[in-house]
Amino acid sequence: MPFLVRSLLTILLLALPLTARAKDDLVIGITQYPASLHPNMDSMMAKTYVMAMALRPLTTFDAKWQLICMLCERLPSFDNGLAKRAPLAAGKSGVALTYTLRADAFWGDGVPVSTDDVLFTWEAGRHPQSGVANAELYQRILNIEVKDAKTFTVHLDRLTFDYNALNDFQLLPAHIERPRFAAAPAEYRNRTAYDQDSTNPGLYNGPYRISAVSLGSHLILEPNPHWRGTKPAFKRVVIRTVENTAALEAQLLSGGVDMIAGELGLPLEQAVALDKRADPRFRVLFKSGLAYEHLDINLSSPIMADKRVRQALLYGLDRQGLSRQLFDGRQPVADSSVNPLDTVHADDTPHYSYDPAKAARLLDEAGWIQTGAVRRNAKGEALSVELMTTAGNRSRELLSQVIQGQWRKLGIDTRLKTEPARVFFGETVTKRRFAHLALFAWISSPESVPRSTLHSSQIPAAANNWTGQNYAGYADARMDALLDAIEIELEAPKRTELWRRLQHLYAEELPALPLFFRADASILPRQLQGLAPTGHQNPSTLWIENWRWQP
Amino acid sequence: MTGWLGSRLIQSLIVLVVMSAVIHGLMGLMPGDPIDLMIASDPHLNAADAIRLKALYGLDRPWGERYLAWIAQVLRGELGYSRLFAKPVLAIIGPALLNSLILMLSALALSLLIAVPLGIVAALRPGRALDHLINAVSFASVSLPTFWLGLMLMVVFAVLLGWLPAGGMQSLSGEASGLADSLRHMALPVATLTIAGIGQYARHTRAAMLAEAGQDYIRTAKAKGCGPARLVLRHQWRNALLPLITLLGLEFGTLFSGALITETVFGWPGMGKLIADAVMGNDFNLALTALMLATAMTLLGSVLADLLMARLDPRIKLR
Repeated sequence: MPFLVRSLLTILLLALPLTARAKDDLVIGITQYPASLHPNMDSMMAKTYVMAMALRPLTTFDAKWQLICMLCERLPSFDNGLAKRAPLAAGKSGVALTYTLRADAFWGDGVPVSTDDVLFTWEAGRHPQSGVANAELYQRILNIEVKDAKTFTVHLDRLTFDYNALNDFQLLPAHIERPRFAAAPAEYRNRTAYDQDSTNPGLYNGPYRISAVSLGSHLILEPNPHWRGTKPAFKRVVIRTVENTAALEAQLLSGGVDMIAGELGLPLEQAVALDKRADPRFRVLFKSGLAYEHLDINLSSPIMADKRVRQALLYGLDRQGLSRQLFDGRQPVADSSVNPLDTVHADDTPHYSYDPAKAARLLDEAGWIQTGAVRRNAKGEALSVELMTTAGNRSRELLSQVIQGQWRKLGIDTRLKTEPARVFFGETVTKRRFAHLALFAWISSPESVPRSTLHSSQIPAAANNWTGQNYAGYADARMDALLDAIEIELEAPKRTELWRRLQHLYAEELPALPLFFRADASILPRQLQGLAPTGHQNPSTLWIENWRWQP
Repeated sequence: MTGWLGSRLIQSLIVLVVMSAVIHGLMGLMPGDPIDLMIASDPHLNAADAIRLKALYGLDRPWGERYLAWIAQVLRGELGYSRLFAKPVLAIIGPALLNSLILMLSALALSLLIAVPLGIVAALRPGRALDHLINAVSFASVSLPTFWLGLMLMVVFAVLLGWLPAGGMQSLSGEASGLADSLRHMALPVATLTIAGIGQYARHTRAAMLAEAGQDYIRTAKAKGCGPARLVLRHQWRNALLPLITLLGLEFGTLFSGALITETVFGWPGMGKLIADAVMGNDFNLALTALMLATAMTLLGSVLADLLMARLDPRIKLR
C-alpha cells in the first residue's frame, strides 16, 4: 500500500508541471519586415513594434493614453519641481526638465543605462550627417546638463503643454555606438551596430534582446538577462513576416504563427470574417484608435473651395451604415480628427448625420442643379469629382466604391482612381497633385496638435521642399490662432476649451471629410493573456513582459 | 571558338552597360523618392530636414551624375550599402540568392522531370485522348495564377490536412529543425512553381517532338528497322532537345531573379521579393546589383545554351 501511494504521488507530481506548463515560444505574425533596426533612423511601424520589446523609451503613452515614464523614475512637472520655466532671449520662455534614469535600467551586456547614453543620443541626433530623420526634437534641445550617472536636465527652447513628453528620445548605448559614430558621422547610418551587429546584447535595454535576424523573413528575440523588471513569460519570441494577408491567416490557422499583431495584421474586414467563424482557438480584440480615416480635400479646386459642397458631400454619406455594412460597426464614425477616447474630445462637436435632402439643398444653393443624372452649374459644367486612394488596400477600394454609389444618388459623378502607395504618398498627395479628394489615414498620438495638417504655414510647396502635411491647402487665421494657443496653454481646462473650439471650427469648415477611426484587430490564442492594444502609435509590445500564457 | 566567345563577351558587356543605364533611369523616373515618403509619414520633418536628407542620400543630384557615380563605384569594386537595410549589398543578396536558387532549381528540376515525359508521350499519340488530357493539364498549368494556386495548396495541405507548414523556410518554434524540416517547408512553394512550370515545358517538348517526327532521318531509321524506344530516345528526342535548351538558356536568368509572387505568398525570403522591395524603395545600389546579376545570368545562360547546342548538333558552328 505505501508503495502504491508513493507511486501515485510520484505520478501526480510529475504530471503537475506538464499540465501547468507554460508555452516557451510565441510566434507573432506581422505583414511588414522591419528594414533598418536603428531606433532613430526613418520611422516604420514594423520596426517600432519589434523594437518596443527590446528598447524602452524615456516616456510614452500607455494603453489608457496617459503619459508615463518608462526609462525614467518620475515624469517632470511644475508641481513636483522637476520642470522649471527657463527665460530665453527676446522674451521667449523655454523649459528645464530634470529626469532620473531608472536605477534598474541596464543594457543587455550588463552596462548600466546612464547619462552618457543621453549625451551621445543627443550628439548623434543633432548631427546634420547622422541620417536621423526627425532632427527637430534634438534641435529643440538647447543643452543637456548632467548631474550624475543617472540624473540630467534637458533645456528645451520652448514651453509647450506636452513639455515633459520625450517619447521620441530613444537612448542609444554610447559604449557601442559612439566609436562607430565618431569614426565617420556621415557613414554612421551604414555603420550602426543595430544593423551591422544586430544580435549584440548591449544594444537593448528592454525585457527582450534580438538574438537572430533572418533578413526579410523573421527575427528572434530572447530574454535580456540584465532586465530587472517583470520577468517575461516566453523564452523566445519570433516575429515572422508574411506580407500576403490571406497567407498570414493560413499560417495562423495551420499553427505557423500563434497570433497576428493588431498593429500590422489583417485588414478589418478579414478579421471580422475570421471572428464570425468563431474558431475556439482564437479571440479577436478590436481596438479603435487614432488612425483617422478621412477624405483629404484639395481646396484649390473651385468645386471643393465651396464650403456648401463639402458639407453636402458629408451629409450625403451614410457613414454609420457604411461602418455597419463594411466593418461590422467596429469603426466609430469621426466628427473631426479628435478621437472620442481622447481626453480633449468635445462631445458637442457638430455631427453630420446622413441627410440626403439637406445635402441636395446645399448643392442647389451652391448652384449645382440636378438636370439629369449629374448636377450641373450655370455654365453647364458637370459636378464631377475625382477620388483617389491607395491601390491594393481592399478596405479603401471598397469604401470608395460605396461612397461613389451614395454620391451618385445626389447627382455627383465620382471618378475613382487608385495609385500604388509609393506614388500616392510620395508624389500625388505630398505635392498636392490630387484633383479633389484623397482617401487615407493619419496616425497620431493622444492629444496630438494637428499643426502639420491644419496650420497655414504647413501647406506643402516647392519653396519649402514639399514639407508640411496641410495637403488641403487650408488657410484660416482662426485655426492658426487656435493651434498656436493650444500648444502653449499649460492649464488643462483652458486647453480643453481651445480644443473644443478647434473641433467646432473643423466641423464647420470641413478642411477634410471625416470618415472613421480605424479599428485594429489583434488575433490572439485564447491562452494568451495580458496583451492590451493601445490604439495609438506606441505599440502593445511595450508591455510584453506582462503577457502570460495560461493553459 | 575563342573569337566567338570574345565577341559574345563584348556584346554582353555592352548589354549590361545599356541595361544598367535603363534600369537606373527608370528607377529615377519613378514618382516620389524615399525622402518624400518619409515626409509624408512624419509630421515633424521640415524643409531643412528634407534638404539635409536628400543631400545625404545623394538624391539632390541630377540623374546622370548619380549614374556615373554608381558606375565609378562599381569599377572600384564597391557595390555599396543598401539604403533600405543599411547593410552591404552583397551581404543582403548572398542569402536571398541562395534561397531563390534552392527554390527555383528544385522546381525547375521537378518541372522538367514531369513535363518532358508528358510532352514526349503526348507527341507519340497526337490527337488521341491522352494527348488531349496532357494538353488540358498543360493549359491549366500555364493559366493558373500562381498566387491562387499557392493559396489553394496552402489551404488544403497546411490548414485543412495539417500535413505541411504554410510558409517560411524552417520551423521557428524550436521543436523541429534540420533537412527534413527544410524539405517540409519547401514542399508547397516548390509544388506551386513546379505545377506552374510543367505546362510550358510539356508544350515545348511536344511541339519539338512533333516537328522532328516528320523528318527524313526518322523515316530512314524506321526503314532500317530501328525499334520505337530507340527511335524516340536516341534520334527524335535528341534533336527535339535543341529548342528546349534554347528555352532553358533564356530561363537561366530567372533562377537568379527569384519568383516574386510565390516568395511573397509563402514568406520565402528570396530574390524576387528583395528586388521588388529595392525598386519600390528606391534602393539603387541593391536593385541595380540584383537586376544586373539577373541580366548577366540570362546572358550567360544564352552563351551556355549556344555552346551546348553546338556540342549536341554537329551542324551548328560557333563563329
